[in-house]
Amino acid sequence: MSRLFRTATSPHVTTSNSVTRVMMTVFLALIPGIATYVWLFGWGVVINILFAILVALVCEGGMLWLRKRPLKPFLSDGSAVVTATLLALTIPPLSPWWITLIGVGFAIIVGKHLYGGLGYNPFNPAMLGYVLLLVSFPREMTSWLPVITFSQHPLDFTQSLSYILGGHLPPGLTIDALSEATPLDSLKNNLRQGNTIAEIRAQLGLDDATSRMLSIIPIFGNFGGKGWEWVNFAYLLGGLFLIWRRIIGWQIPVAMLASLAGMSLIFYGVNGNAYVSPMFHLFAGATMLGAFFIATDPVTAATSVQGRLVYGAGIGILVYIIRVWGGYPDAVAFSVLLMNMTVPLIDARFKPRVFGHLK
Amino acid sequence: MTDADLFSTRRLWRFHGGVHPPQHKRESNDQPVLKAELPGRLTLPLHQHIGAPAEPIVEVGDLVLKGQRIAKAKGYVSAPLHAPTSGRIIDIGDYPVPHPSGLSAPCIVIEADGEDRWIDREPIADYLSLEPSELRNRIRDAGIVGLGGAGFPSYIKMNPGGGKVIETLILNGAECEPYITCDDALMRRQADEIIGGMNIVRHALQARECLIAIEDNKPEAIAAMRAAIEGMEGVEVVPVPTLYPEGGEKQLVKVLTGKEVPTDSLCASVGVVGTNVGTAAAVYHAVHHGTPLISRLVTITGDGVGRPRNLEVLIGTRMDELITSCLGDLAKIERIIMGGPMMGFSMSRADLPVIKTTNCVLALHRESAPTHTAMPCIRCGACADSCPINLLPQQIYWYSKFRDLERVQEYNLFDCIECGCCSYVCPSHIPLVHYFRYAKGDIWIKEREKEKADLARRRHDSRQARIEREKAEAAALRAQKRAALEASKAAAGAADTRKTEVEAAMKRAESRRQAAMDQAETQRQKAQARVRPDAAKDEVKEALKATKETPSAEQPPEQQAGNEEKDA
Repeated sequence: MSRLFRTATSPHVTTSNSVTRVMMTVFLALIPGIATYVWLFGWGVVINILFAILVALVCEGGMLWLRKRPLKPFLSDGSAVVTATLLALTIPPLSPWWITLIGVGFAIIVGKHLYGGLGYNPFNPAMLGYVLLLVSFPREMTSWLPVITFSQHPLDFTQSLSYILGGHLPPGLTIDALSEATPLDSLKNNLRQGNTIAEIRAQLGLDDATSRMLSIIPIFGNFGGKGWEWVNFAYLLGGLFLIWRRIIGWQIPVAMLASLAGMSLIFYGVNGNAYVSPMFHLFAGATMLGAFFIATDPVTAATSVQGRLVYGAGIGILVYIIRVWGGYPDAVAFSVLLMNMTVPLIDARFKPRVFGHLK
Repeated sequence: MTDADLFSTRRLWRFHGGVHPPQHKRESNDQPVLKAELPGRLTLPLHQHIGAPAEPIVEVGDLVLKGQRIAKAKGYVSAPLHAPTSGRIIDIGDYPVPHPSGLSAPCIVIEADGEDRWIDREPIADYLSLEPSELRNRIRDAGIVGLGGAGFPSYIKMNPGGGKVIETLILNGAECEPYITCDDALMRRQADEIIGGMNIVRHALQARECLIAIEDNKPEAIAAMRAAIEGMEGVEVVPVPTLYPEGGEKQLVKVLTGKEVPTDSLCASVGVVGTNVGTAAAVYHAVHHGTPLISRLVTITGDGVGRPRNLEVLIGTRMDELITSCLGDLAKIERIIMGGPMMGFSMSRADLPVIKTTNCVLALHRESAPTHTAMPCIRCGACADSCPINLLPQQIYWYSKFRDLERVQEYNLFDCIECGCCSYVCPSHIPLVHYFRYAKGDIWIKEREKEKADLARRRHDSRQARIEREKAEAAALRAQKRAALEASKAAAGAADTRKTEVEAAMKRAESRRQAAMDQAETQRQKAQARVRPDAAKDEVKEALKATKETPSAEQPPEQQAGNEEKDA
């Protein structure tokens, strides 16, 4: 008798695609956004990202070890790196180190591993971490920076690092003096005070030179929130790259952006003085990061084509509702987490028509 | 030939999903087709087709001629077997056969005498004068089954039955699986024979039009087939865009006609019959030359063989001989697959015979037969995007993993054709198809168990009812007798008391005897009932054996994944 061969199950070929490659492509697609963010808001962003990645890898490794899972395949899958990066991009650029530590630690340990690790978490871990921080440390989490060109005291890399790790600022500076409300926050406050959009525009929509002269931090940029419009635009580019590379489907971002734009268009159309334009909503806050990088997290999103449309639309609508009538200036994290909860229902309800199952 | 020739003015449709795995077709296509050497010994499994195994009609020691029938079809869905060469029957018994189970099965073994002497053949001079049923019988007698891989007896396909009108006959030359080129080679070399066979099948079906579907990666075959149909009415060669699994029958029907064959139905239900080009050529030989199906083209390929090519091979030839003849080194081969890399099954040994459905023997080295560590599903949906049936493999996987057999059926597990697209694209390298096969097997076993249980319950219930009935009858009888006794007592008075007492005693004895007999009967039935569950158990065991298709399927997929992890 001839020798025996090992048998395996068909198919006997696979693509060279892998989870690592998927995650690394997502990371790559974030780079334009990160670069723009750093360019406009300073070095703190980079420090946050690097520290978050370090924390994520340590937590991931520790949890894998505790759960007796193989370290190498899971540490190298890139998912912890992406979670950490996304979380770091949602916290203020000058956040103390322990903010990142708590947020990322919670995201990886509770949000991911206590649910069973990669592929088993019902909620987006980065958003869980973010929401924990937002409700627990509102002061730190709302100390945003103005666009660097409007900052009275822009910090360089060493100064940023010194504040993030040691809490030391250059003499005479406090974090309150440095920080500013984001355009969404500032808009919300002004509207609350009974100002109309036209009035706000008149006060806070001056040209850059005048603004600087009067030490005013403008809200409105060319088409969205001042400064944030470009960060959003860069995320949009990265997102389109992901769709082109077929890492994500078009359904969730398109549905989310369309429903957000639709909602804002309706109210803007009805009363343009009380409600801001769709473009502002699309290019402010975390809209684009949310649409292309957070809502599209496959593990926690709906899975069928129809289901993804519903899921994305739900997020867009919730974002608008919370931004306009809710207590928080931005709402991507809450909306994503709320829609995460509905995923089992959406998945059960929206299934594609199977070939041969004629209506 | 220009690119423009690859287009057809015909409107084409498309099916959902599909993948483009690397083709690897050139390797075996570059070499001319050769006739494989006449082997010294041929092993012919009795079961090479879908349906009941054939029944031997020869005995050990018999001398047979080439083309002589050595086993007859058993039942309607079955096919006879013929001697591929002249020689002597040296054994009829169990031998390892190419099957995913890796088990042995009954075979007829012929020792070739080297003379290759034909039996007298009876070609049909004018098949058009024959009734379709007569034509079908000839095709049945020639042992022709679908050569595309499924092995469904062809004469049944040619009999749609129920007065169904067949609009379209599709000749399937798509050959969408990577590596395989035997249909391509056949179309390039023997286009006229294929067309001849097509005409016969068309006549039997009375089909209005014939469409010959060929993937556009085979321009030479398209040209050859076009030349062969020159001047024919109602026949068209249709180049179809290369996309796996386009050669799947229902997928091809959709692409060519836009019709969607309902699940659980045959293509004939939408007025279409499909047949493989190789099968058509076999029909041609059966009718025009009286030659039964005793040989076929087999692609011997993969990086495990030095000179990949197509060989004309007698059924029953050992695969390792073919591999060696194509300069393959068995010691260096990691995996041997019958069929293509997407749907073929790997074999644990190489000394297995070529059967009627062996379109390809694929020998792979270690580098091209990789095993991956399976990672968790990240629900990316790549599998759903690639599924030609539009299933949600990620959901079926989730529920099969946790053995939720109801849910997997809600997600239409049984519509899965196991084409392998989902596993192919999975970034986590999860052996999805393996999970699905396993879940199907699980469900079949459960269903059989349920059937047995239902049967046992019905049996128990009816026995219980009978016992109740008998009891009631006996009670009624006793009551009657007692009443009669009372009546006679009253009538006869005291004088007859003694006599009555004797009679009563006799009656008591009689009823006791009856009761004893009843009891014996009940016990006998009980004993029988005890025997039956054992028999049922055996049947379940057999069912288990049948459903465990691959040896690896015997272990749950998690373990399989685990094994792969270890290897990686």
